[in-house]
Amino acid sequence: MKKARKITAMLLALAMMTGVMATVSGCQSGTAASTAAPAESQAAPSSEAPAAEGKTLNIWCWNDEFQSRFNDYYPEVKEVAKDKSTTTLNDGTVVKWTINPNDNNNYQNKLDQALLSQESAAADDKIDIFLVEADYALKYVDSEYTLDVKKDIGLEDSDLSNQYQYTQDIVTDKNGALKGTTWQATPGLFAYRRSIAKAVLGTDDPTKVQEALSDWDKFNSVAAQASTKGYKMLSGYDDSYRTFSNNVSAPWVTDTTATVDPNLMNWVKQTKEYTDKGYNNKTSLWDDKWQADQGPSGKVFGFFYSTWGINFTLLGNSLKTPVAEGGKEEVGNGVYGDYAVCQGPQSYYWGGTWICGAKGSDNLGTIKNVMKSLTSDSTIMKKITTDTQDYTNNKAAMEEIANSDFKSAFLGGQNHIKLFAEVAPKIDMSNAGPYDQGMNESLQKSFKDYFNGSVDLEKAKANFEKTVKEKYPEITEIKWPS
Amino acid sequence: MNAENSPKRRKNISYAKWGYLFIAPFFISFIIFSLFPLLSTIYYSFFKYYRQGLKIIGPTFIGFENFSNLFRTDLLNYLGNTLIMWIIGFIPQITVALLLAAWFTNQRLHLRGQGFFKTVIYMPNLIMASAFAMLFFALFSDNGPVNGSLQALGILSQPFRFLASVTGTRGLICFMNFLMWFGNTTILLMAAIMGVDPGLYEAAEIDGATSNQMFWRITIPLIRPIMAYVLITSLIGGLQMFDVPQILTNGAGNPDRSATTMIMYLNNHMYSKNYGMAGAVSTVLFLICAILCFLVYFIMSGSNDSVKKERKGGVHK
Repeated sequence: MKKARKITAMLLALAMMTGVMATVSGCQSGTAASTAAPAESQAAPSSEAPAAEGKTLNIWCWNDEFQSRFNDYYPEVKEVAKDKSTTTLNDGTVVKWTINPNDNNNYQNKLDQALLSQESAAADDKIDIFLVEADYALKYVDSEYTLDVKKDIGLEDSDLSNQYQYTQDIVTDKNGALKGTTWQATPGLFAYRRSIAKAVLGTDDPTKVQEALSDWDKFNSVAAQASTKGYKMLSGYDDSYRTFSNNVSAPWVTDTTATVDPNLMNWVKQTKEYTDKGYNNKTSLWDDKWQADQGPSGKVFGFFYSTWGINFTLLGNSLKTPVAEGGKEEVGNGVYGDYAVCQGPQSYYWGGTWICGAKGSDNLGTIKNVMKSLTSDSTIMKKITTDTQDYTNNKAAMEEIANSDFKSAFLGGQNHIKLFAEVAPKIDMSNAGPYDQGMNESLQKSFKDYFNGSVDLEKAKANFEKTVKEKYPEITEIKWPS
Repeated sequence: MNAENSPKRRKNISYAKWGYLFIAPFFISFIIFSLFPLLSTIYYSFFKYYRQGLKIIGPTFIGFENFSNLFRTDLLNYLGNTLIMWIIGFIPQITVALLLAAWFTNQRLHLRGQGFFKTVIYMPNLIMASAFAMLFFALFSDNGPVNGSLQALGILSQPFRFLASVTGTRGLICFMNFLMWFGNTTILLMAAIMGVDPGLYEAAEIDGATSNQMFWRITIPLIRPIMAYVLITSLIGGLQMFDVPQILTNGAGNPDRSATTMIMYLNNHMYSKNYGMAGAVSTVLFLICAILCFLVYFIMSGSNDSVKKERKGGVHK
């Protein structure tokens, strides 16, 4: 009897243990499916003709940048829900926003899951529009899940003629079909603090500062100068990363081999030197100290930022009292007005968001309208630039602003559009690939230990290889520059 | 109906079926939600099955290749990390819990405000582990309040970068696990101690035993079964440590992957939808868990039996 009880007790303990175990593995495979937006009750009656537009437009993105552009500048917007989760258009179509954060391939993984079940989803649950970033655009462009902008959606060549060529190249698939379109071009600049430049270089004039920073050797010597005056040249480890990673000689992955470009090792070398000499503040992109460094308490010379970063991130971080707490975007609030931009040591781009139509969508007309208004209507695009200081994807409109007396109060009266217009045509995305986001993040995370001094270079390399193989099972070999 | 009339037959009625009926819901849901996923996890561990971009590769049967690949990676390191972080958290947890349980149940001390303290020490367990980890992440960040106050007090001249050092990161994880679980363990041990016959303590007191002797000679041997339970559940929980290190290190398990636990490693494979490798990691983890639990169970219950026998012998004398 006693023995039997003991065995029962053990079996129960085992059952509990396996129960806990199985839930762990069970849960994780289930999470992706649960993110799909719940079905809307006001589905279109089935008697309608099949060609009719669906009543729900599902848009997937990773932050509220496109959402606010859409709500502010799409002419058909009738009303925006209080919590911003939906937007109603004039014809009664309800736009549903699904926002998943981008970090660590999270957005990609969730989007993949939804696209794979696109066929079996109900008409109103199907994704209609999704946004992609330069770092992984090709993955979707080269798949069958994106619609051809010209053939399927129906935009004309004349609609697209004013866009920057590179913004079309990157979303053109192997067969030459254009699979997406964007409202912005994202050339990068170096944004510096005027007051610190004055203290270090004796001038805050963008042309003179640019002369002092025009190549990496000069940049390094200014870093040394800034350091003696008690300033940091850069905030953290990843700040200059894009200027190196955009000037590589080949894409990350060919077949099953990943190749680390020699220029990325130059980034490692420079960052290690900066860290050891105290030229940076040991932060990482997007962490709270990095953001604080851009504000009134920061002692950092400058930041590498592209177009959206200046109006979307840097401006917000520069204020002493944030807008949400009643602060105004004006000179006197924090370091608003104390920034200026110059081209920096090397040209680069960073980010950029493309609008893609999803295969299986029942809202082709609306998609066409959205793309046409937001990416090719020069009046709307000019308005976006003058309102928000974002750099939009329309050569003619941008040239016009560049040559006008447009001034950015945030940048102390500088016309930064002029600088952007100079560097935008130089952008070359020919080495971009579908693996960029995962690879870049792994490299930055693995070498952070090396910069912090907790591992040596060889160990950091080995750790990078491990994370890559976990992220991408298909990659079998990683080559390092000799 | 006949049964009601004849008392003899009533005795033969089996109530067992009601017992089975009442425990059936557990077993049904266990089979659907636990056993079946468990078996499919093991099944997929023998397959090459992952996603390359938007293409699904496999499932192709590859035998034990996933397992042989697995043991060529740093699996043992991650197991080591997990066990180290569990042990460093568990030792203070059980010590403090025993001490508090002994104090709270001690009749002579008769602590006041027990209800209040019991609530307070249990509190950290009510907070979601991820929220707790976020809180610590903010508190111990390079420009967080902990570094701020240490600098203001003049103890540090430079901020200590907790999350850049192995000791700092592991220490924080252990500390959090300790904070979250010592209250729970205290309550369990208190229940165990209160189950001990108070007559034993009275007898010992009359015989002139010190409270130290009573604790080591009476309390500890008699609460051993509950100690075994605490140890096993904590071991299972420890091997499955995930949310605290995952959130605290932002999913990276750094520095130098020294805070990567088994489940975080599993999650890395799950994240890239590599079902084959993830299945293999789960299966290995399951086996390790099972072996350790049986070991603990037999050690604890084995010595427990001998204690009982000794006592019985004593009574018979």
